[in-house]
Amino acid sequence: MNKQEKLADLRHFLNRYGLPHDRRAVPLGMTDADAVLGGGLRPGAQHEVFAQDWGASGFAACLGLRAMGKKPLFWVRTDYAALEYGALSATGFLELGGDPEKLLLLRAANNEDALSAAADILASPHMGAVVLELEGQAHVLDLSASRRLGLIAEESGVTLFVLREGADARPSAAVTRWQVRSLNARAEDDDWGSPRYLTRLTRHRLGGLGEWIMEWNPQNGNFRQEATHHGAVAAAPFDRPADASYRFA
Amino acid sequence: MALWLPRLSTDRLTRLIVSPDRAALAKTPLVVAGRANNALYVYALNKAAVRAGIYHGQPLANARAMIQTLKIVPADEKRDAELLEGIADWCDRFTPLVALDSPQGLLLDITGVTHLFGGEEAMLSLARAKIAAQGFAVQGAIADTCLAARALARHANGTVAPPDENARMLAPLPVAALDCNEDIMRALRRAGLKTIAQVAERGRAELASRFGGGFVTRLDVMLGRHEKPLAPRRPLPDFRAEQRFAEPVITKDVIAASLHTLATSLSGMLEREDQVLRHLEAFFFRANGKVERIAIRTGAPLRDPAVMLRLLDERLDALAGPLDPGFGFDVIRLEASLTEKNEIVTASFDDNENSRWQIAFLVDRLAARFGEHRVQRFVAQDTHIPEAQSATIPAQERDFTGTWMRRRKDDDPPLRPLRLLERPEEISAPLFMAQEGAPRRFRWRKADFHVVRAEGPERIAMEWWKKDGLTRDYFRIETDQGLRFWLYRDGLHREAGLHSRWYLQGIFA
Repeated sequence: MNKQEKLADLRHFLNRYGLPHDRRAVPLGMTDADAVLGGGLRPGAQHEVFAQDWGASGFAACLGLRAMGKKPLFWVRTDYAALEYGALSATGFLELGGDPEKLLLLRAANNEDALSAAADILASPHMGAVVLELEGQAHVLDLSASRRLGLIAEESGVTLFVLREGADARPSAAVTRWQVRSLNARAEDDDWGSPRYLTRLTRHRLGGLGEWIMEWNPQNGNFRQEATHHGAVAAAPFDRPADASYRFA
Repeated sequence: MALWLPRLSTDRLTRLIVSPDRAALAKTPLVVAGRANNALYVYALNKAAVRAGIYHGQPLANARAMIQTLKIVPADEKRDAELLEGIADWCDRFTPLVALDSPQGLLLDITGVTHLFGGEEAMLSLARAKIAAQGFAVQGAIADTCLAARALARHANGTVAPPDENARMLAPLPVAALDCNEDIMRALRRAGLKTIAQVAERGRAELASRFGGGFVTRLDVMLGRHEKPLAPRRPLPDFRAEQRFAEPVITKDVIAASLHTLATSLSGMLEREDQVLRHLEAFFFRANGKVERIAIRTGAPLRDPAVMLRLLDERLDALAGPLDPGFGFDVIRLEASLTEKNEIVTASFDDNENSRWQIAFLVDRLAARFGEHRVQRFVAQDTHIPEAQSATIPAQERDFTGTWMRRRKDDDPPLRPLRLLERPEEISAPLFMAQEGAPRRFRWRKADFHVVRAEGPERIAMEWWKKDGLTRDYFRIETDQGLRFWLYRDGLHREAGLHSRWYLQGIFA
């Protein structure tokens, strides 16, 4: 393959995934997943993480860590979510490999406030990533609100992760949708081990789907490759709510 | 200038009544009953009650015996104080130096502002007329010192003492104007001293030996021989800009235009002095006396009028009800209540610097809209108690820093949970065999969990110098579902006995 061909190939690739030239995809560190995602998570876009148990906020934090780069991460959550699921802890963030000095928190009184604050923060290109944590069905985040967030993210280039707890998937403008639950440490390890997640990519606007076991490596700040049963995953239905996600106590 | 509202408590009650009944009410004796030394007495009374011969401080039973139809209302000193604060807010339109002279008076330092209102007499009558129009009995006076003005307001209503003639104006007042305690009053009466002039003539040493040093000081302050500074309610703003309207303004556009003008002129003042502001306050004086106050704190030093307006807009939008002009605002004012020396280069070509600014501005906007305490950042604390290790403070605070200490070593998994419950929640764990181990199963929030893996204990003792709390043994546990929690047993066995409680404090990612 000569240089010309390679360039043409790259252009084709970029056109296909529609990424502006100055924005690089955010690789997760797992070759299989990155291949399906087209090099990694798309920056300046909206990604949804649906919690299926208590572990999902960790996954959202890990994705945020991948996407934020050297810029700050803004975590937007409601007071109720903190009561119900626990308050974000800076020491935990530090242990995951983040820098608490770069972590900003907005405690919104309700979902409406959280949504409007997230839209404001997302509009600032000086942010690294935004995590919007919404509890319950959160009807404020309907399709048009979701589209709006997507457009703002597209404009500013800031990546938005919408962390949904206790919610069923609804139609949205997100580029990817992940269903996440936590996994036990590997049986062969007898110690505690890094966080492991069973992640299902149930929706992807730009490519295929998949299911992977991801293990976060706090030292390198990426996901560790692990041999997984990379099975076929059916696409999320577009005309009805996807599988009622497991509501955890 | 001193203002005195002798019937504040009864006026407050009367004002609540709709006007046709108000005139009728003014004719019925009304008394506000207070409690002192476990007895009810007359705390405040209206004119009709005075006419009927009731006096302040009279036992309530006596007053009742004098008039059977007496209307009695229990005293509400808190409401009265609030009302006085409200009137003081309103008085801010005359001068920024307003002091409360509780429970019924106000003191205004009007040095250098009288010309704005057409002289001292005009200003005094304006203030009295406007307060009286709101349904208050008011007396007022202007003098060189606040004590003199206070005495004149009470005993020679409407006096404007010419400069340096305080003593002459005060001379004919009765000694009651000195406002001393009962013992001194009795002593003065016994000595045959009836007016201030008679007291002032006596030698200071003579007075001091008889009535105490405090009395002499008070007399001298009143006569203008000593200074006594006023203690204003609010510190004087560093800079302020205000606009007065002959005709109250109602429309949004005019208000916005006025704010724009004010922000620009405030910014000009700041620029001349090379200052930046950290605390901005906007006052909207409604024509009917209510004052709306909006305070904005900024994390990033501020001087740009456009930014000021943007922050004000954010705050005005976030108000529960929109800014209600009622019958219109007659004064709008912007104050820079906290300023500091300008230390920053406003335009920087350094990207990092720029984005720091942009983020600070974003934080300010969010704080203006949602409240300072809702936009937070984390600060490391020098402790090992898990819940106290990181504090959240308003993100606008720049002055706190700490060093973050990572718990895990390289290649270790995270040893602290990403989520900490607001307060540790007790779990019910059955008695377990191994006394020192983690529970094999437990119940939390109505769900059962089976533990398959546990790491610990990690013993964290409370800080002995604070003497609260028991030593905790922490366990990192993993359930058969793959969930990871952070549990602790509160108290060692020797501290808490066998039946120590278990708590779930954190949730690992």
